[in-house]
Amino acid sequence: MSQPNPTSQPGTSLFSIDGIRTAIAARETTATAIAEQHFSQIAKSDGEVGAFLALSRERALAQAARVDALAAHGDLDLTTMPLAGVPVGVKDVLMTKGLPTTAGSRILEGFAAPYDATVVTRLEAAGAVILGKCNCDEFAMGSSNENSGYKPVRNPRDLTRVPGGSSGGSAAAVAAGMAVATLGSDTGGSIRQPASFCGVVGMMATYGRVSRYGLIAFASSLDHVGPLTNSVKDAAQVLQVIAGRDAMDATSADVPVPDYVADMQKPVRGLRVGIPKEYFGEGLEPETRALVEAAIEKLRALGCQVQPVSLPHTEYAVPTYYIVATAEASSNLARFDAVRYGHRAKGAKSLSEMYRRSRDEGFGPEVKRRIMLGTYALSAGYYDAYYLKAQKVRTLLARDFELAFAEVDAIVTPTCPAPAFKLGEKTDDPLAMYLADIYTVTADLVGIPGISVPCGETSEGLPVGVQILGKHFDEGTVLRLGAAVE
Amino acid sequence: MKIDEKAVQYVAGLANLELTSDEQSRMVRDLNSILAYVDRLSELNTDGVEPMAQVSARYGVDETCEGSERFDYASRTDEPRGLRESLSHEAALANAPQSDGSYFLVPKVIEK
Repeated sequence: MSQPNPTSQPGTSLFSIDGIRTAIAARETTATAIAEQHFSQIAKSDGEVGAFLALSRERALAQAARVDALAAHGDLDLTTMPLAGVPVGVKDVLMTKGLPTTAGSRILEGFAAPYDATVVTRLEAAGAVILGKCNCDEFAMGSSNENSGYKPVRNPRDLTRVPGGSSGGSAAAVAAGMAVATLGSDTGGSIRQPASFCGVVGMMATYGRVSRYGLIAFASSLDHVGPLTNSVKDAAQVLQVIAGRDAMDATSADVPVPDYVADMQKPVRGLRVGIPKEYFGEGLEPETRALVEAAIEKLRALGCQVQPVSLPHTEYAVPTYYIVATAEASSNLARFDAVRYGHRAKGAKSLSEMYRRSRDEGFGPEVKRRIMLGTYALSAGYYDAYYLKAQKVRTLLARDFELAFAEVDAIVTPTCPAPAFKLGEKTDDPLAMYLADIYTVTADLVGIPGISVPCGETSEGLPVGVQILGKHFDEGTVLRLGAAVE
Repeated sequence: MKIDEKAVQYVAGLANLELTSDEQSRMVRDLNSILAYVDRLSELNTDGVEPMAQVSARYGVDETCEGSERFDYASRTDEPRGLRESLSHEAALANAPQSDGSYFLVPKVIEK
């Protein structure tokens, strides 16, 4: 097992967000030096990992210099710049002004974003240093990062295995010490599943908690932006910065954002924790089950009331997801028409030929498959049987959770049915790939927050994650339980 | 429900995708495998169940209000110029595959 030896591993003072920002504020180091260390780590490791699609060296060093100038004059205020000098990566589905933004797709090769996503603006306002754009499955469609239009990402914990997806580059960058934190996006598990595969923390807040402005849309009613980090505390600190109402996103909720670190540090004694039997059935790999059950025992030992709950419609979540998500995707991806931006096929003689050939050349096989499935599900004669039916089952899934949350404060499950699989293992069978998301898709459909926290390793040394799901807008309890199992 | 080569061609047309014949036969196989799995949704009785198109329909909504006022939390003041300056002409054209500096250029749309 190749263990990376990065600059930001435990045991060095610059492992955590707290460690970095306080060292910079105390002038024990500089944001510039931290950024350079991480660029060196990228130069050393990313040839084999493939976590980055583009680096933003100039922008990073300019931001680091700003932070260092403030620190030099004693003007660095960590309450207004809580991520001062923290080196971060941003999934390539997020717009970054002037930098390449491709969503991992050849159809956007060479596209330079004309504006920044709100989360990017907020990260930089908080002092974070953006190192570059993280590789991902094309348009965030995939569970292994093998659908990237550019290159696959390899799992830093075992280079023969996938890092998960679609935020595979974001997870691998943190796991390999190439960034202290990254942003990913989660539509069906795309933050939590790669976090689990790579042995890092991945947090998805409530739908509407984090702005989607500047996120290249996959399925708008399911898309979330969130952090991947080394620790639950780091996740709380990044979420604190990116959460909150944004007038540029009409689905962004006007709900006050609590102090996540303070919430996280409260004791878990007395919390009611639900264990849904539907998440521990057939298909759950035995070592994964044992590690997740050990995490649950830890919560019990800390004074949580662990009790069974039932989410009876669980087996219908993946089919519901693959109708709702693909229907929305087929509509969202209609904008790639080769007129205003993106790849255009050469020599087309008519407008419609230009549309069809440009899209055929620009989109990869999984994206075409999902556009086809979504278009079919929305087409005349099939709308009621597929799209409308799936929307109704989505209501049943939401009711499952409403009933469960009347009894418990949070729900604990495995994040994935098995640890990271080998590259190429599932590429010929789209359905097998979709089932890697079996425990994560429901939270996206229902809009509740969830986190994946590492809970141990298999005998082969592969990380396993435990997933904690909470009530709408109750990220605090999710983070609190996450810190307790960490 | 079974999907055949003809249906794949029809849907590809709706989606403005041009599939090669290899892609078409693979698509028939893949879509049938996925649809066979999705068809289990028909086992569920959903009579009288409201469809859920968006998450915010289940929280944050002021149930005492009617119509669009229920979603007031997501609305903004309707200012004449909107929220922000638009992209400049230059920025909006910067990523165009083909433009003449003022407009996006495309192949001829209307034949004489």
